[in-house]
Amino acid sequence: MIGLEHYLVSSALLFAAGLFAVLTRRNAVAILMGIELMLNAANINFVAFTKFVSPELVRGHIAALIVIALAACEAAVGLALVISAYRHLETVQVDEINLMKW
Amino acid sequence: MAEAVAFYGLTAVALGASLMVVLSRNMVHAAVSLIPVLLAIAGYYVLLGAEFLAAIQILIYAGAITVLILFVILLTEGATGLRVRPRNEQVPLGAITCLVLAALLIAVLTRTPWPQTRSSLPEYNPGAVGESFLTAYVLPFEAMSLLIVACLVGAIVVARREE
Repeated sequence: MIGLEHYLVSSALLFAAGLFAVLTRRNAVAILMGIELMLNAANINFVAFTKFVSPELVRGHIAALIVIALAACEAAVGLALVISAYRHLETVQVDEINLMKW
Repeated sequence: MAEAVAFYGLTAVALGASLMVVLSRNMVHAAVSLIPVLLAIAGYYVLLGAEFLAAIQILIYAGAITVLILFVILLTEGATGLRVRPRNEQVPLGAITCLVLAALLIAVLTRTPWPQTRSSLPEYNPGAVGESFLTAYVLPFEAMSLLIVACLVGAIVVARREE
């Protein structure tokens, strides 16, 4: 029998994998992929809690849909920033982009 | 029984492919392995009775966002990133942080007594979601529309080539 805890553990592991990408990758696009993984882990939790804790009002589905819309926006703007940075600095490695570091 | 098989299969795909996303040296491989992760999560949504969300996940995440990511990888330097160092010098520290965080989260999440109910999801949940979006959650819904317009304009302005 698969219960709430199974989903929570799986999403915790996905979240940790995403965080590892954000902390250690140098390529800005890879960091964005890590962020997508973390957002998805949070979404699994929303949907699992909806099913097992308070299913009547589907509140978690609504939260998850809002997160998906935010993730799409974040990806669009983030990738536009990556392209713009690449055009001006000719690199997408985040530790080489240090114009604003004094 | 079938549910357990499906769950463990999806978990294996999701975790295996997410390790590929995180560890692969080749950026294109990393971006393509994002697709099985997102599809496995859509499978989770089906198991959890959220079919509408599963469809949206496949359309927007597995379809649109991964294609966008692949485009940007191919438009930026050296495309695959094989010639550059893929990771910074924080790997040991980052690995420790992530392992500790995962262990803590799992310990907390499995020991908390969650208040579980016997009631079930509404019969037709796209209907329930749509109804809530137009009644109780109309304000977040409108805010989301505004945000999408703003980020559409923002993305075009930022990515446009200057004259």
